[in-house]
Amino acid sequence: MGGGRCFAGPLHCFSLQRRAVDGSLLLMQVINGLQLGLLLFMVASGLTLVFGILDFVNLAHASLYMVGAMICAWLSYLVGGFVVAVLLALPLTALVGWAIERWVARRLYARNHLDHVLATFGLILVLNTSAHLLWGPEGIPVALPDYLKGQLVLGDDLVLPKYRVIIIAAGLLAALGLFWLVTRTKLGMLIRAGASNRQMVAALGINIELLFTVVFSLGAVLAGLAGMLITPITEASLGMGNAIIITAFVVIIVGGIGSIKGSFVAALLIGMIDTLGRSFLDVALGWVFSANAAENSAPAISAMLIYIIMALVLAVKPQGLFPPKVR
Amino acid sequence: MKVSQIALVVAAVATASVASATVKIGFVTTLTTPAAIIGKDMENSVNLAMEHLGGKAGSTPLQVIFADDGFKPDVGKQATDRLLKQDNVDFVAGYIWSHVLLASQKSVLDAGKFLITSNAGPSPMAGKLCNKNFFSTAGQNDQTPMALGEVLNKKGVKSAYVMAPNYAAGKDMVAGFERTFKGKVVGKDLTKWGADAQLDFSAELAKVRASNAEAIFVFYPGAAGPAFIKQYEQSGLSKNVPLYSVFTVDSLSLPRLQKANFQAAVGSRTTQLWDPTLDNAANKRYVADYKKKFGGYPSYYGAQAYDAIMLIASAVKAVGGDVSNPDKVRAALKAANYESVRGKYTYGNNHFPIQNFYLREVVKDSEGNWTTKVVETVYTNHVDAYAAECKM
Repeated sequence: MGGGRCFAGPLHCFSLQRRAVDGSLLLMQVINGLQLGLLLFMVASGLTLVFGILDFVNLAHASLYMVGAMICAWLSYLVGGFVVAVLLALPLTALVGWAIERWVARRLYARNHLDHVLATFGLILVLNTSAHLLWGPEGIPVALPDYLKGQLVLGDDLVLPKYRVIIIAAGLLAALGLFWLVTRTKLGMLIRAGASNRQMVAALGINIELLFTVVFSLGAVLAGLAGMLITPITEASLGMGNAIIITAFVVIIVGGIGSIKGSFVAALLIGMIDTLGRSFLDVALGWVFSANAAENSAPAISAMLIYIIMALVLAVKPQGLFPPKVR
Repeated sequence: MKVSQIALVVAAVATASVASATVKIGFVTTLTTPAAIIGKDMENSVNLAMEHLGGKAGSTPLQVIFADDGFKPDVGKQATDRLLKQDNVDFVAGYIWSHVLLASQKSVLDAGKFLITSNAGPSPMAGKLCNKNFFSTAGQNDQTPMALGEVLNKKGVKSAYVMAPNYAAGKDMVAGFERTFKGKVVGKDLTKWGADAQLDFSAELAKVRASNAEAIFVFYPGAAGPAFIKQYEQSGLSKNVPLYSVFTVDSLSLPRLQKANFQAAVGSRTTQLWDPTLDNAANKRYVADYKKKFGGYPSYYGAQAYDAIMLIASAVKAVGGDVSNPDKVRAALKAANYESVRGKYTYGNNHFPIQNFYLREVVKDSEGNWTTKVVETVYTNHVDAYAAECKM
């Protein structure tokens, strides 16, 4: 903090400094929230596509997040580089998604949602145990190349890890790419049509099986990419998907099942609320309750915050914020 | 055959079965989820202890039955109940997690069996909930961060930012640190814990930077440890806010941090009741054989699990394999008459060890592997803060 800003005595100076700190902290947390939101979007977009178009509840969607991360982490040691590992792991994750669609999901489409839940829960166990057998119980750490390490210094208290910026950029690119695909291409047109009325799409002579496979694999790649991007921050580990699947479901429910736009808005909203809640809830509660009570209840409430938001959205708009056009 | 002859045969069989009756030990730990890395270290150490014992306590065969708590209190309690009812074990040992232990303890103690914790040391078990059949081969949660608080005082650190997971042990760790640290705690975050624990600390680290704290104190056991340290280094905070941690930098996280070349770990300091370099015969044998067998350093989780088996074996041996009299077994456990890898210790009134705590530093060993060594002894024969609340 520049001392040169103090003109009006120590007290005034202090308050000036406080405000400066709070402003840049808020900005930092908004950026952090954006990063979390974009990662959530990558997982939730695939989930909402599969749920909305295939009418298939895939609890194992987040296992693809883990599979992508695991393959990428493993490859990063084989090929000796994180970026190359990501590029190689993306088609491999698509392949896993394709195989799951071909041999597991396809047999389940005609059944009811409870069967989907049961079968895909089994799939989570199978994928987790397979990863356990292949790579052991411990996680796989991933080293960042030197040019992705370090920080961007934008101000006294505005210091961003470079890699976080990469995640945001990659997330925005993935989102833009998906929007382009869905709104500007023939495939996207079919996907949107499938989300609205899949019987009609099939009746028009579209190979709905192929469309389903493509959508499922696309979802797998997006989830896998999110998993790969998070590994240098945490690591690739068993069951890492469990943490994100619940939040991803919250996102698609808030956004409206089947809507890409909805999941984008909801993901950013949830990411932002979660991050800001973790950052400022104790301060905010301190205005109303005693400091001690605020400190004790803030962690619990911030963990619940996204569910409270979900309940509120469902109360006002039971179909979510952006429900796809009625079928 | 006459009736008396039959009686004789039955009696002979019965005596034989008493003499060679296997004593069963149930061992609850985490064998699934990313936290399985801790459970694996304990499992290895238990198996090593059994190997060192030749599978016997004196002439009594020992049997260990492992059970998985899945990192969840409810699953841990179910596993405990199964060990007690189906396997009919005589001792239940293990428990990494304080919330799992708190959920499971009643089942064991109500059944009149012995409960030996090999890691979790939640404050209620040391104080109000202390029990005559409960023993620890670890320490009470608060003790390790209390020792670290003293280290910071000695360094003259005036302010610290505190972070821990939001569960029983996390709260104990924060309480322990705040009990001894004389500087100001300028910020505190308790983050979400469990199978869907929060592992992205970007928001918290931004708060640390804004708080202008002189130091940061964390408790992040298991997979969360390396995740935190990576982000701490990536955030650039490692340049001006030194990290002090408990149960975070250990032989489980160090190989992974080394693999990903996170140099911030080297030189970092942490307090513990045990270290692989502690100079006693039992520890040298344990560490050397562990390294030979499993190719890496054991952790304090492993050391405490090894000790749990050795403690139980010493008690079983002392009562000649007859565990039917709980008073005798209890007296034998309380004597702690075995070669602990941390060196000799005694049991306090609440059956927690009265023991030393050391300051450890991360260094490179002769082969270039990252490990820890003892810098100094912070506490000698330390009694935990809750012993006075235990009416026993």
